[in-house]
Amino acid sequence: MSTAAALNDGRHQPPAYVVTAGRVNAGRWLIVLATIALLALIMVQVLYVNGRTTLGFETWRPLLYAYIAWAAALSGGLLLSRGEAGERAMFVLPAVLFTVAVVIFPTLFGFYIASLDWNLSAFDGPKFAGLANLFELFADGSYWNALLNMVFYVLAVGAEYAIAFGLALLLNAEIRARKFFRVAFLLPFMLSPVAVSWMIGKSLLEYRFGPAATLARMLGWENPAFFASPWLARISIEMMDAWVSIPFIMILLLAGLQALPREVLEAAKVDGASSWQSFWRVTFPLMAPVSITALLIRIIFKLKLADIVINVTSGGPGGATDTVSSYIYRVYRDRSNVGYGTALAMFYLILIIIFLTVLLKATSRWRRVGGKA
Amino acid sequence: MVSYAPAIRNMDQGRRAVAARFVASRVLIYGALLLWAFICLFPIYWTITTSFKSAVDVTQGHLVPWVDFQPDWKGWRSLGLSPDTIFQTSTVRSEFLARFENSVINSVGAALLALVLGSLAAYGLSRFRYKFGFMRNDDILFFFISQLILPPVVLALPFLVLYKALALLDTDIGLILIYTLSVLPIVIWIMRDQFDSIPVELDEAALVDGLSVWGVFMRIIVPLALPGMVAAFILSLVLCWNEYFFAALLTGTDAKTLPVMVASQTGSQGINWWSMAALSAAAIAPLAIIGVLLERYIIKGLTAGAVK
Repeated sequence: MSTAAALNDGRHQPPAYVVTAGRVNAGRWLIVLATIALLALIMVQVLYVNGRTTLGFETWRPLLYAYIAWAAALSGGLLLSRGEAGERAMFVLPAVLFTVAVVIFPTLFGFYIASLDWNLSAFDGPKFAGLANLFELFADGSYWNALLNMVFYVLAVGAEYAIAFGLALLLNAEIRARKFFRVAFLLPFMLSPVAVSWMIGKSLLEYRFGPAATLARMLGWENPAFFASPWLARISIEMMDAWVSIPFIMILLLAGLQALPREVLEAAKVDGASSWQSFWRVTFPLMAPVSITALLIRIIFKLKLADIVINVTSGGPGGATDTVSSYIYRVYRDRSNVGYGTALAMFYLILIIIFLTVLLKATSRWRRVGGKA
Repeated sequence: MVSYAPAIRNMDQGRRAVAARFVASRVLIYGALLLWAFICLFPIYWTITTSFKSAVDVTQGHLVPWVDFQPDWKGWRSLGLSPDTIFQTSTVRSEFLARFENSVINSVGAALLALVLGSLAAYGLSRFRYKFGFMRNDDILFFFISQLILPPVVLALPFLVLYKALALLDTDIGLILIYTLSVLPIVIWIMRDQFDSIPVELDEAALVDGLSVWGVFMRIIVPLALPGMVAAFILSLVLCWNEYFFAALLTGTDAKTLPVMVASQTGSQGINWWSMAALSAAAIAPLAIIGVLLERYIIKGLTAGAVK
């Protein structure tokens, strides 16, 4: 932020153009009028949907346009009334308005839906159910089972990290054809998890003809059913997810290794440290900030795991591979109850926020994520 | 100096030992590299070759074309993409092309929108001091980045309801909006790192020369930040192209994307391996090509902000 301060203190800024009182007033009026118009439109539409008036729109779509028009008026008003400061606000404002519209509002709306009993495929609309969904959630064994699976999947990030670190070290060694290996190692990250589900889950690991099953038979495993027993299925899913995401951790760690100060490593060598010692005493501790960053981002993405599970096992056998996302997806597909599905999702969101807050606090000493670098 | 003496005396012996250890470590390193390269590439190789196999070749586990089995356009014919069917009408092919087109529109649209919104916000946060109520620059940045933790499942059902009301279900615009929000935090992160690395003296000099704040951004900063923008764009493109969860819930017929098509084929029992393989290969091909050609930008995008 020091760079920003230099510019902002404004030694070199040209004299701000004069913002007259008339412009300020015009700008303020624009914002006020636009806001009133938007609120009035919402009122009219709410009344229409409730059947109080005959004046209204078929769908809520016009309100989307109204929001965009309001955002434009707000920008124009700020430019008029604030001048230079308004111009600066224009950089952040679009992203803020966008995020409020598509993240904050839907999330708050989600908490409302979570309190409803609402079957989308039934004719009767939403019914207010209060905390009924929450009580049902606490009694839902499959949901808790999915949460428990998430613990396994998150812990497995440790193994992904170990492999990725090894690969990063290999790529950082003096090798030929480095570019080939780097591209080859990166490729799985580029592939769609859905395609990977078929390529690996449904064909390579296929029980009858899959090459992996054939190989397993040759090695003496008579019954190579990768998705039959709970633990094996869970590990198979985890292996597929690891295949897709190890490149990501590896790339971060490789960048970290390349940024290490050479003198320190050479000093360790001169002091007679073996490569094993210099790794554990020098490289690994120096890599702590990058490692924590990589692990945090990876855990955040792991908590979203769904595609592979949905497409390979649909949670089976007996919910052994379910993630929270894939379970909610299935609950919604089977019962089309948005109320209950959303309640499950919102509860998960709260758990995630608590978990990540604790994690961020615990690692704040070493980490470089989250802006407060 | 003292410690060097024994080393010199045993030099000959030592040299041989060092050479042996060097060879051993080389063998280990290249062995590990080749093993992992095999793990990364074999599934891709398997998918591509399987799309040229017939039933017998699949069941007998033939692996090497022209040695084990005679390649045939079988899988591609079922997609309508083999040389002999490419000029005939094919419903499967038109379906595939429609999905492909949707995927291109959605991912390019969302990546562009996120790039515009994200670059503006990142530049503002890198250069100016804001105060929105209690929120300062760091809080605003954290507000944006923290969107990253939202799992798609949290937004999916509220969006289903909202989109139904807005008549945006099963439209490209609807998907573009939701994809934009899912990559916006990443773009802001990458671009702020990029803008922070451009010296602020450049802005100051341009301001002295009489450019406005926006003039500085458009004429001086954007050209300099272009490599970062390309990196952010490519990474967003990859993430949007592969997205499945929202697409599966929010599209039905018109706006369906490629991953949804692949998934719906996988679900049906008794599907031919060769046509599934051809479909998967066609779905991953664009990104595999991007990965090989633009690897530099993807790595730049992934590592922005993580290493300083």
